[in-house]
Formats: sequence, structure tokens, C-alpha cells
Amino acid sequence: MLEKNIKISCQNIWKIFGPTPESILDNIQDYEGATKQDFLEQTGHVIAVKNVSFDVYENEIFVVMGLSGSGKSTLVRCINRLIEPTRGSVLIDNDDIAQMDKDALRELRRHKLSVVFQYFGLLPHRSVKDNVGFGLEIRGEKGREKDEKINAAIEQVGLKGWEKNQIDELSGGMQQRVGLARALAIGSEILLMDEPFSALDPLIRRQMQDEFVNISSEVKKTVVFITHDLLEAITLGDRIAIMRDGEIVQIGTPQEIVSYPADEYVSDFVKDVPKGRVILAKHIMSQPDLIINREKNLNETIEEMKANENKITFVVDDRQRMMGLMTIEQAEESLAEGKTKVHEVINEEYPSASRNDTIEDCLYLDNTENLPVVVLGRNKRLLGMITRQTIINSMQSGNITNEDNTEQ
Amino acid sequence: MFDFPESWIFAWDIMKFIDGIVDWVVITFEPFFHAFNIFILRGFLVPFSDFLTWIPWWATILLIGLASWRVVNRRFALLSVGFMLIINLTGLHELSMMTLAITLTSTILCVIMGIPLGIFAARSNWFNTLLKPILDGMQTMPSFVYLIPALMIFGLGKTPAVMATVIYAIPPMIRLTNLGIRQVDPQLMEASLSFGTTPWQTLRKVQIPLAMPTILAGINQTIMMALSMVVLASMIGAKGVGTEVLAGINRLEVGRGFLGGIAIVFLAIILDRISQGIAKKNQ
Ligand SMILES: Nc1ncnc2c1ncn2[C@@H]1O[C@H](COP(=O)(O)OP(=O)(O)O)[C@@H](O)[C@H]1O
Ligand SMILES: [Mg+2]
Repeated sequence: MLEKNIKISCQNIWKIFGPTPESILDNIQDYEGATKQDFLEQTGHVIAVKNVSFDVYENEIFVVMGLSGSGKSTLVRCINRLIEPTRGSVLIDNDDIAQMDKDALRELRRHKLSVVFQYFGLLPHRSVKDNVGFGLEIRGEKGREKDEKINAAIEQVGLKGWEKNQIDELSGGMQQRVGLARALAIGSEILLMDEPFSALDPLIRRQMQDEFVNISSEVKKTVVFITHDLLEAITLGDRIAIMRDGEIVQIGTPQEIVSYPADEYVSDFVKDVPKGRVILAKHIMSQPDLIINREKNLNETIEEMKANENKITFVVDDRQRMMGLMTIEQAEESLAEGKTKVHEVINEEYPSASRNDTIEDCLYLDNTENLPVVVLGRNKRLLGMITRQTIINSMQSGNITNEDNTEQ
Repeated sequence: MFDFPESWIFAWDIMKFIDGIVDWVVITFEPFFHAFNIFILRGFLVPFSDFLTWIPWWATILLIGLASWRVVNRRFALLSVGFMLIINLTGLHELSMMTLAITLTSTILCVIMGIPLGIFAARSNWFNTLLKPILDGMQTMPSFVYLIPALMIFGLGKTPAVMATVIYAIPPMIRLTNLGIRQVDPQLMEASLSFGTTPWQTLRKVQIPLAMPTILAGINQTIMMALSMVVLASMIGAKGVGTEVLAGINRLEVGRGFLGGIAIVFLAIILDRISQGIAKKNQ
């Protein structure tokens, strides 16, 4: 992966609710070990977020997961100062938002960050179109340009034809599409999503998750996604932070979280998760060692393969589209037969998967020759590869803290 | 020795004190009150009542029937046309239009002042706390009490009648505006803020539209209360149907009083249903 830019940086964020949060925080060491209930009885305060730090990289989907009441909503609201943190700082593109005055903060919310809420937050007196256009209207945009942005957002979430409907004529799933379109319409670089799909029926939720994956791969946004649903976290997240009682107990890729839960809280979350069905191709795929253009000379390729001790090479065309695999044996045989170009040799039958396929799917692909599974994107673009050994390793690992793992 | 010692009572001093204040206000602000009087008369009352009495009687009936039909239903349109015919048959058309002019003027003033005050009360808790007892007082204090200073300031006529009506009828306008805005879902406020709204934008695009049904209910109540002041208004020289009722009482002509009363009831029903209809349409 390329060098990662830090888009959002949260540093030692605290949020305490109550009449005198500052002075409570100054003496916080006096209450060490107190449970939430004790703390509330002794001080009349609630610690919603407790010394939380993390970075979110540009264009990643960063999921914050935890049980209800663990401080997720509070945390995500600290990122755009809908809630003022008691202490700590939030940097967005290296700007400390705590230093911003009201106008600067408004500009930030108008252009850089948009929010999708669990409760949708749509205005019942407006049509779908006017809800989607709300953020643009607030910025003072008008006319054709505004309409085009609205239409694009409406199309993106699949609401075409519903523009004139009133909000209460829509189902929950449709309403959240409006919420999403409203957030997309302003073209912000950052999306904050506070359990956007939790209020929806399971079937609709799945569908929305899938669509969201597609949308977010198209629009390139940095997403902070809140959920209490591990499966959702794993399906959507590039990385996951697990929260408990206001603290982050683990940050990692979905595969790391599932395979190596940091403590009992996390392993409770992940213990019923069948790893083979949770870890996705994208989580464990790696860069192929050798990618060769189909027009390349065969003997040069063979030399290169030998030099790098590669047994197999991935053949692509000029536009990085996967053409096929070629083993070293095949290559040498064909060279002996007098063939000269790579594309005359390649094996077009190879096991392939898309990046969101589970590793269980990858394992059961028709693959008697034990070839690596090729991960393909749109238009057969080569994204990566997974060897059988990697799959088996990742399905087995992580039993360290989880002895009585009964999964098949 | 069972009575409260008379020398302890100082009511007289308070009365004198209040009288003194009123006298001072009347004299000091005379030019202002004069200008205000002209403003109310020329700005609202005269044009309204000129217009309403200028329209031919049948056109009035037609308009009221049409409005009733559009915002309520056909049955009520027939009913309101019937009411207006009866008013015409009893010879009270012109007086009714004058009453309508005073009622509408008072209502408009109540809306112009009441909505901003209600909004302010919704945004500021201390102002709301301050306002509450004042509003209670305005509604429970017998109207005659503030009719006297109004009379002293403006003399007999329509303006003091409007002033008294506004004082009596404005509390529901303020209260329901306040209530409507406070009732707006805090989640919607949060959602709006998250898109970078200014307080003014939040007010205009979220709070007021969402409070609209409640505000319209306030306007309806204000109209009804304004109408209930017509007899009192006619006592201080605001000509209208109330004049007939008053004449009926003074001369012990029960019939005359009764017809005037019926006209007021009919006007009340028509205004009530039409303003309610508008409020319902807005929901
Ligand atoms: N405005 C508030 N005042 C007092 N306590 C609050 C407030 N908002 C949240 N809390 C408390 O902070 C904790 C975290 O809440 P929240 O961030 O909503 O959690 P989550 O979104 O993970 O369910 C909870 O115990 C909640 O009761
Ligand atoms: Mg929450």
C-alpha cells in the first residue's frame, strides 16, 4: 500500500458529562478502578469517552465498535464538535478543530465533514429532493449546479424517481438512503456515520451495507463508521477500533481483531464468529511477487522468474487487467516448443475471487492444482493474491485467548 | 378590635402611586402615543374597515363561502354562507365588517409581536421565566383595569379597543410559538447543526417550519380571544356588532342584544373553522 496520509487524528480525547467535568478530570486518579456506577454515585458524572487516541487514514473506512453505552456516539460527535471534548484534541488535516472559532467550525461542517445519523434526522416538511439539498442550501448554493449535485447524490443511493416524495412516504431503508444522499451531496472528504443502518431490518441492513461498500469505493472518502454489530464492522472496515466503557481496547484490521482478540471483552465479541466466513479476501490478500505484461518476451520472463525464485507469475494487459497465470514449468516447456511471447502460454483457468469474498469461499474454489487465488476488482483488475496456506493459517490462528473454540 | 387596624392600610398610597405613574407616562409620551394612534388607525383599521365595508355584500358572502369551501369543506361552505345571509338579513352586515376589521387588526398585531416574543422565549430560559407570570397576569387581570390607562392615553375610540384586545389576545400567540419551537426534536436540531447552519438558518429552515402547526393553533386561539373582546371594545367607542349588544343591554331590548350576540357567534364560528382549516392543511 502507498504511504498513508493521516486525515483525522484524535489525541487523548476525554468527555465527561456532569456539572463540573473539568475538576473531576483533574482528580481523575482518585477514582481509579471505580466502575461506571460507583463513579456516577460518587461524583454525579459520567465518563463517556476516556483518553481515546487514534488516527484515521485518508480514504479508509475506520469502524468504531462497542456495546451500547460504550461512548461511540459521543466520540464521533467530538470529531466535528457537535459535542465539545472535555480534554484532548482532534486534528483534521492537521488543523486543531478545538482552536476554530464559530465561523471556521461552520465552514468545516459545511464543506469537509458530513454526518449520517442512526435516527436519520430528515426534515419531515421537505421532499426527498429538498432534504438531499439541505447542506448545499445552507452553503448558499443555487440553481443548476445545486440541482446537478442533488441529482448525482440521489442517483448514487438509488433514489431516482423518488425526488418529489415526502419523507413519511418512504420506508426506513429508503429514508436512510436520503440521509446518505444528503451527506454525499455536499461532496465532503469525510463521512461520519453513527450506526446508520442499526435501525433497519436485517435484510435491508445487509443490502445497504453492500451498497455502501460500492459507493464508498467509488467516491473515495474517509469514513468513520460507528456500529455495535461485529459482522458489519468486519464487512465494512479497513480497520476496527473496539470500545468498552469509553476506552479503546483494541485497534486492528478485521482479521487481526478476529484472529488475535486483545482481551476477554473482544474475544467475547468474536468468539461466535466463524472466521472463514468473516475474514474476507481483501483482509489477507497480498501483492503478487511478479506481475508481467502479456506482450513480454518469454525468455526474459523466465530469467526474471528464476532470478527471483518465482514459481508462478501473474500476467496482465496494459490496463492491469488479469489475463492468466503462468507457472515456471509451463513457461519453460513452451519456450522449448518455440513460443516467444508470454500471452501464447498463459493459463486462463485460475481460481479467482473478489475482494469481499470470504476466505471460506476462496478455500472451496475449484483448485486441484493448488494455484494461488487471484483477487480481482472491476473489469478483472488484478488486486492481489492469496495462497492456500495463507487461508488455512488465518482460519486457524487466534486460538491463543480462545481455547474452547468450537468452530468447524 | 376584630378588624384590621385602619391606619395600617396603605392601599391609598399605592393607588396614588400608580395613578402618578400613569399620569406621567400619558403626559411624557404623548407625542409617541399620538403617532402610534395614527399608525394603528391609518395603517390598519381604516383601510381594513373601508375595504370590508366597500366590498358589496354578496361579494363578501361569496369570498367567505369560497374560503370555507377551499380550506374546510363544502358543507361548511354552505353553513357559512347561511350565517352571512342571516347577518345581512338582520341588518348587521356593516357593523360586522367593522368588528372584523378590529379583530383582524388586533390579530395581525398579536402575530407581529407575539411570534418574535415567542421565539425569544424559546431561546432564552430567563426571558421565558420572566414572561410567564406577565402572560398569566395579562389573561387573568380583568380587562377593564387596562382599559382605563388605554383610554387615558388614546381617548375614546378604536385604538384603545385594539390595545386592550391585543393585551388580552396575545398570550396564546407567545405561548404556543414558544412551545412549538421548544418541541422541535433535538435530533433534528443536531442534524441541522451538523451541516453548518447558523442560528438564523436553524430557526428559519428547521424550527419555524416544524413549529408551524403549533404556531397556527396559536393564531386560531388569538383570533377567538380577540373576537371575544368586541363587546368590551364597543364600550370604549369602537363601533361594531358589540355596539348593538351594548345598546340592547342599555335599553333592555333583549331582541336587539340577542341578534347582535348571534352575529358575533356566527363570525366566531366562521373565523374559527377557517383558521383551523388553514392550520390543518399545514400539517
Ligand atoms: N448528554 C449526556 N449527558 C449525560 N450522559 C450522557 C450524555 N450523552 C451520553 N451520555 C452517557 O455517556 C455514555 C456513552 O454514551 P454514548 O456515546 O451514547 O454511547 P453509545 O453511542 O456507544 O451507545 C452513556 O453512559 C450515556 O449514558
Ligand atoms: Mg450511539
